[in-house]
Amino acid sequence: MTATSAEPTRRDFLYIATGTVAAVGGAATLVPLIAQMNPDASTIAAGAPVEVDLTPIAEGQVIKVFWRGAPIFISHRTKKEIEEARKVNVSSLPDPQADEKRVKPGKDEWLVLIGICTHLGCIPLAHQGNYDGWFCPCHGSQYDTSGRIRQGPAPKNLPLPPYKFLSDSKIRIGEEDTAKV
Amino acid sequence: MMSGHSNDALGPKSWPHNLKTDSGAPYEIPSYKPTNPVMRWLEYRLPLVGLAYSTGVSYPVPRNLNYWWTFGGILSFLLGAQIVTGIILVMHYTPHADHAFNSVEHIMRDVNYGWLLRYLHSNGASMFFVAVYIHMARGMYYGSYKEPREVLWILGVILYLLMMATGFLGYTLPWGQMSFWGATVITNFFSAIPLVGESVVTWLWGGYSVGNPTLQRFFSLHYLLPFVIAGVVVLHIWALHMVGQNNPTGVDPQTDKDTVPFSPHATLKDGFMMACFCIVYAWFVFYVPNYLGHADNYIPANPAVTPTHIVPEWYYLPFYAILRAIPNKLLGVIALFGSIGILAFLPWLDTSRVRSANYRPLFRQFFWIFIAVTVGLGWLGSKPAEGGYVIAARILTFYYFAHFFIILPVLGWVEKTKPLPNSISESILTSKRVTG
Repeated sequence: MTATSAEPTRRDFLYIATGTVAAVGGAATLVPLIAQMNPDASTIAAGAPVEVDLTPIAEGQVIKVFWRGAPIFISHRTKKEIEEARKVNVSSLPDPQADEKRVKPGKDEWLVLIGICTHLGCIPLAHQGNYDGWFCPCHGSQYDTSGRIRQGPAPKNLPLPPYKFLSDSKIRIGEEDTAKV
Repeated sequence: MMSGHSNDALGPKSWPHNLKTDSGAPYEIPSYKPTNPVMRWLEYRLPLVGLAYSTGVSYPVPRNLNYWWTFGGILSFLLGAQIVTGIILVMHYTPHADHAFNSVEHIMRDVNYGWLLRYLHSNGASMFFVAVYIHMARGMYYGSYKEPREVLWILGVILYLLMMATGFLGYTLPWGQMSFWGATVITNFFSAIPLVGESVVTWLWGGYSVGNPTLQRFFSLHYLLPFVIAGVVVLHIWALHMVGQNNPTGVDPQTDKDTVPFSPHATLKDGFMMACFCIVYAWFVFYVPNYLGHADNYIPANPAVTPTHIVPEWYYLPFYAILRAIPNKLLGVIALFGSIGILAFLPWLDTSRVRSANYRPLFRQFFWIFIAVTVGLGWLGSKPAEGGYVIAARILTFYYFAHFFIILPVLGWVEKTKPLPNSISESILTSKRVTG
């Protein structure tokens, strides 16, 4: 053993290089271990778009269909419900959004929502609560006839799934309307 | 050797390693001295029996330990019982969303003694929490978290968190309505994380909602965590043996006269209490096996319908009440985790140097108020989140945190404590109330 030199040696370089390779390699090994928990190919395939025929849905009726394991509410709104949704002062809402932004242009009567409470994931009940929209039985969140949060612990409006009208009476859920309006 | 400081540079040794005899000479904890040649041969190569002997036989414990000190033993027994019944249940259970519910009914109806094993396991979880709450309350009353037992206490908080996780994962496995919606609500806590919340939840689920991938990974983790708990229990006991047990006076033993050997004294006292505890356990298993559960969990999981009144198992109720008391999602989740995490800081939030509540007249009253507040929160957690219940939950939530952040630090400065006994032996001899 010679006296330790203040200058970095070739051996120091090799130590650091080896350690770096080991650290990067170790971190890279974690990628598959963590990534395997994300949705697998079959789950993604089962989450393909679904088509829904709107003809049997009467005015004032809300139906529930499933897409990606989540309930989708399709509400055939009455004139009164649309009016209620539009007369609110938007800026006074907890999660401000105009009703017009929550439906497709010219399809004011059709409201399509992901029926999962934005608080902790329960399924709200239709035509209940103080705002004639949805009421979540778990922790008391209340949504209006546009599916917007009005009262309770939920932070956000009921989200809108991607969907598009194939015809006047048919929609496809899971696919966004790409055409410019 | 498991216990014993090897490095004197760390400072003066804690009590089990600095005991004196009456003459003032250092007290040697008796060690295992094998006479059988086979045992001598083994001990030379692996001192396993010696470790068991010095940990569970000759290890000195304070002679004044009361029955509140028997719950560590009861918890170890329950961990073993849960692992044994759990491994057996796995032999008959099917971890798949299409079969899980029916396989649990199969266990109940077809498997020999399946009903007994399942009821032992499901009620065993509740008994585990009964025991851990008593164990924690004992530590809080007698100041067992104070210097030098901070690490011991923090390991206990980690064990409690692991127990909560394990209990939650296990409750998902029967795949009933409460299983499904409980899993949905709890995993959605993570959606409160800003920016990455939704991605984290999808990653936890392995899908776009709670489903079969979720059930399978929860099953895997429910099987894993008890062994992690067992590992941390070893650390907990190791830390205990480094600093010795606290006792009802909070005054460290000074001579071997203040102590008794672990066996037979503590072993038999633990054993007697364990038998009493098992009577309660057996009463639940044989007479009211579903009393602590929810009828809704006998309805198969249905992703289309949320039960009208969703409540967690009783042992989570105080924290559930805190979650619901706060009208903001992110802050509610932070308060929930904070109410448990705060326990880890207890050794530093309590500023009093006196350990035992027996010598702290004010703290003693606030301790019982704290217990009442926690039980009150639990009761509110079982009620619907509306009207007066929410207001009451907000007041009690405020008090819960005030206990840790205001009352405990201030008490340490303002309280006039009672004089401590000079030794454990003296406290026993002068006690007017003979209890043991």
